[in-house]
Amino acid sequence: MPLLDIKNLTVSFDTSVGLFKAVDGIDVAVDNSEVLAIVGESGSGKSVAMLAVMGLLPATATVTADKMEFEGIDLLKMSPHDKRQIIGKDIAMIFQEPVASLNPCFTVGFQLEEVLGKHLGLHGRAARERAVELLHLVGITDGAERLGAYPHQMSGGQCQRVMIAMAISCNPKLLIADEPTTALDVTIQKQILDLLVQLQLDTGMGLIMITHDMGVVAETADRVIVQYKGHKMEEADVLSLFENPKSNYTRALLSALPENAVGDRLPTVSDFVFEPAPGARA
Amino acid sequence: MTTPVLEVRKLTRDYVTSGGFLRPAKVVHAVKGVNFTLQKGKTLAVVGESGCGKSTLARMITLIDPQTSGEILIDGISANAAHVTRELRQKVQIVFQNPYGSLNPRQKIGDVLAEPLLLNTSMSAAERRDKAMAMLLKVGLGPEHFNRYPHMFSGGQRQRIAIARALMLNPSFLVLDEPVSALDLSVQAQILNLLKDLQDEFGLTYVFISHDLSVVRYIADEVMVMYFGDVVEHGTRDEVFSNPQHEYTRTLFAATPNSSVESIKARLAKKAALAG
Repeated sequence: MPLLDIKNLTVSFDTSVGLFKAVDGIDVAVDNSEVLAIVGESGSGKSVAMLAVMGLLPATATVTADKMEFEGIDLLKMSPHDKRQIIGKDIAMIFQEPVASLNPCFTVGFQLEEVLGKHLGLHGRAARERAVELLHLVGITDGAERLGAYPHQMSGGQCQRVMIAMAISCNPKLLIADEPTTALDVTIQKQILDLLVQLQLDTGMGLIMITHDMGVVAETADRVIVQYKGHKMEEADVLSLFENPKSNYTRALLSALPENAVGDRLPTVSDFVFEPAPGARA
Repeated sequence: MTTPVLEVRKLTRDYVTSGGFLRPAKVVHAVKGVNFTLQKGKTLAVVGESGCGKSTLARMITLIDPQTSGEILIDGISANAAHVTRELRQKVQIVFQNPYGSLNPRQKIGDVLAEPLLLNTSMSAAERRDKAMAMLLKVGLGPEHFNRYPHMFSGGQRQRIAIARALMLNPSFLVLDEPVSALDLSVQAQILNLLKDLQDEFGLTYVFISHDLSVVRYIADEVMVMYFGDVVEHGTRDEVFSNPQHEYTRTLFAATPNSSVESIKARLAKKAALAG
């Protein structure tokens, strides 16, 4: 049984010009200790699909699915109260902009200990010790001093480490990383990716990487889902995706990588003609 | 030898954070003595991580911020941000990183494009409008976009507008501060193509600031690597990429994600060995 099993997920938003389907009939399944990458451009619905799982979408969104199960528990029928016991504990998420996702009014330590208090019942010294331990785990060695720091006193890379520390604080079974390195430099990106992959190996959790960077996919994923305008274009293991992409869209994405440039011009995605996704309406 | 479009000699910039009571002021040396020359029609890429001073360098050579010491020569004319003449302003333009933040949300695109002409030339309104329209078409947008507001455009389109605005005054060189790092892969390819086309057409000179080495490899003629305010490596693209000299350049190369099939195979094999 897969860890997370989603069948035919559709998310639509009520807009002034009618219903907009951000995600249209997507199937996602992740196993324990598997790294799944979801790739797509902005607007392809890759983040929205995962926010739907977390239940973090605004009230204007309508989420329907034939099946949305986590460890065999139906997430769709669950009450918000029951869901909060799982979200943040067994399923954790790392958001795209670390500096914006942390609360600027509270110290890093307060925010980290809050998670520990809410989900694990750790308070006071026990929470503080665990927080230092977590920071150490994500590569912040002077954790005890850092607990008193505010997010603006730390760099983007360090804030992202704190976010990761928060996400893994309850030993989640599934970690969803939404563009964890997009705002970061290549050298920091490398450190963060290595850290995530190492944590995944050590704990055996499932990891979903949402990204638009094919390089990140190549460096981390076991299996890849390529998404375009709310539809799944292709699903394959990482090697066959890069070696032998089935969908025209994947081929277009790969050839738009600057290192694959042939001659003087980069092929762009619009140079390719796509076959419509299975089940897509024109 | 012809006069280089841009020549920079021993350029430095210090930032002083004011100290408090009983606390001395702190000086950050953001750029520590940079020298380079750039010939017409070439692209110089400046590479480095955030905080290495590459954006400070960009702001100095675009004459936005004054240098602490050193000299900037644009077409052989000595320039200083403290006193920028109209003539000098027409020679340098910049495209900023974030296309969402660099356009005035309350200004129509036509006015965005015509404003540099209004400020720096004595053209009539009709002339300005015609020029703005011509430039809009040149960067791949349509006449229907002329009266729209920035929020009606996607990130890639906005970056096209920012490039168009920078080109309105026929500058000698253009500073591009991470112009594609906020964009999707496919849009990034379109913008890079556009930049190449414009360079061929107008003989433009670019200073291209980036931390993405695959983009740099595609677009640059020369590469300059900066690390903590110092230039640690400067050479032609092929020299730097085939034979990096400095330790930091090598670190940078090693950190760049590799999407070749061989490296994926190697990674999967390593993972299988660890798991088994």
